[in-house]
Amino acid sequence: MEKRKGMGHFLFWCVAPAVILFTIFMVIPTFNVFRMSLFERGAYSPTETFVGFQNFKVLFNDPKFITSMQNTILLIVVVTVVTFAFALAFAAILSREKIKGQNFFRIIFYIPNILSIVVIAGIFSAIYKPENGMLNSILSMLSGKTVMILWKDQPLVVISVIIAMVWQAIGYYMVMYMASMSSVPMSLYESSGLDGASRMTQFFQITIPLIWTNIRTTLTFFIISTINMAFLFVKSMTAKGMLDVGLSFMYNQKDAGLYGYSMAAGVVIFLFSFLLSALVNWSTKREPLEF
Amino acid sequence: MTDNTKTSGGDKLFKFFIYFVLIALAITIIVPVAWVFMASLKQNSEFYGNPWTLPASFYWENFVNAWQGAKMGEYMLNSALVTVMALGLLLIIALPASYCLSRFKFRGSKFLNTCFMAGLFINVNYIVVPIFLMLKDGDAWLKNMFGNAFLLNNLFVLALVYAATALPFTIYLLSGYFATLPHDFEEAAYIDGAGYGTAMVKIIFPMAQPSIITIILFNFLAFWNEYIISMTLMNAANGTKTLPVGLLNLMQAQQSKAEFGTLYAGLVLVMLPTLILYMCVQKKLTKGMTVGGLKG
Repeated sequence: MEKRKGMGHFLFWCVAPAVILFTIFMVIPTFNVFRMSLFERGAYSPTETFVGFQNFKVLFNDPKFITSMQNTILLIVVVTVVTFAFALAFAAILSREKIKGQNFFRIIFYIPNILSIVVIAGIFSAIYKPENGMLNSILSMLSGKTVMILWKDQPLVVISVIIAMVWQAIGYYMVMYMASMSSVPMSLYESSGLDGASRMTQFFQITIPLIWTNIRTTLTFFIISTINMAFLFVKSMTAKGMLDVGLSFMYNQKDAGLYGYSMAAGVVIFLFSFLLSALVNWSTKREPLEF
Repeated sequence: MTDNTKTSGGDKLFKFFIYFVLIALAITIIVPVAWVFMASLKQNSEFYGNPWTLPASFYWENFVNAWQGAKMGEYMLNSALVTVMALGLLLIIALPASYCLSRFKFRGSKFLNTCFMAGLFINVNYIVVPIFLMLKDGDAWLKNMFGNAFLLNNLFVLALVYAATALPFTIYLLSGYFATLPHDFEEAAYIDGAGYGTAMVKIIFPMAQPSIITIILFNFLAFWNEYIISMTLMNAANGTKTLPVGLLNLMQAQQSKAEFGTLYAGLVLVMLPTLILYMCVQKKLTKGMTVGGLKG
């Protein structure tokens, strides 16, 4: 395109607002996370003292932080495995078999994804209520005696959070995989069916390898988002101090006024998530297949 | 022959199993949501018996209590204001920016594109504390200079933060669409004497309507449901709050005084707008999702 008068002005006025907003509310705060982790800042005065890596030293000896990171890893592993196993299996079924009411199922399965995490926390507190909650009342009916399980107390609280997280995520990923699986040509299944391949074999030998690129990208993003989701769920679902994950530990330190310490935790979690996604990305690398 | 009937028998069993599992999963989603709707119409005394009984009568009082007593009406107005302002800001800022970044090559355009791409990996949960401190310091400075502070506990600032944090994803989505359009459209407009701005607003934006609708849908859900930023930036004890934060406070208050009816009415008030929107546009949303596969 030939340069015309006023192009520079036009470009400037179009791009500048976005760049300014992005810089103020994303670039500078991100930079500040790293900078502030090296400082100590009082809760009531904005004066900052440089302390070097002192915050990190304390952090790695803080048993609460270690536990919260262990919880984070536990949640990532279990939620990812369960969600992906179910989402892939359901997607394979829904996209291949002729199911009556396919659209109905699709609409229903997507619902948890549009609800606020606070709403989901509210729904699950009704499910988990020890006296006459939905879950305990069903268990009472089945077992014939009164069940009073404290779902949101130690040690079950982790499982309760995992169930809620899987409940929330499964539909979104299922709908996504249905879209990518529907592009796998039917003829592949038909010809392999003639060769005597069972549904299971087809699933592992045809479906999964062909949509592997998609699985790989979503897996990386799912792991990053699970770190955040775990925080949102823990913050809204559990009583304070009952269960901590990395980011909720960070947020609690902020509430306590320990800003530098809080940001040191933020840096560690950020690097952790970055390394983890790089690791996942590297370990799932396969030759892309074409069809 | 026998072989044939055997496989079709296995097929039937398999089909039955599939339906069983699908229906079971559907039930685990529908029942809890429907239960909350039912519970929102129960009187408080009904919450101590069997949870599966239907409400004795439609106790609409719960909604009045939630709307006025628990200030959910006020919070809902706040949420609506923030969502509309943030969506407006986002569109006004992101549309021209993504148009220029994807269709013009200028000095620094590559760098800016990379920056916004990198922004996809920055999650707000990490940077909410520095944003809060930045606004807090700004408030302290303003108070010192002019005697009043307005950065924290301000719905417009909250909307601005929402719009800013939604920029990378929105620009990524829109640029992807704009890049696919042939350049002939603008060239024709330029020959007819249209300026850059006119060509962009009159020719390109109307074509991007489907992408714009997808963006509005996704960001409406994100802004309406968000609670961490809102909770952090609207920190005055009895000040302005958005709906999810109000609900969270209501839930925490439940632990001391049991007003279950009001709580479930509040839950219904938060999720009803999203459910109604979803019912209207579900086709678009599940379809648009494949485009927005990167949403974290």
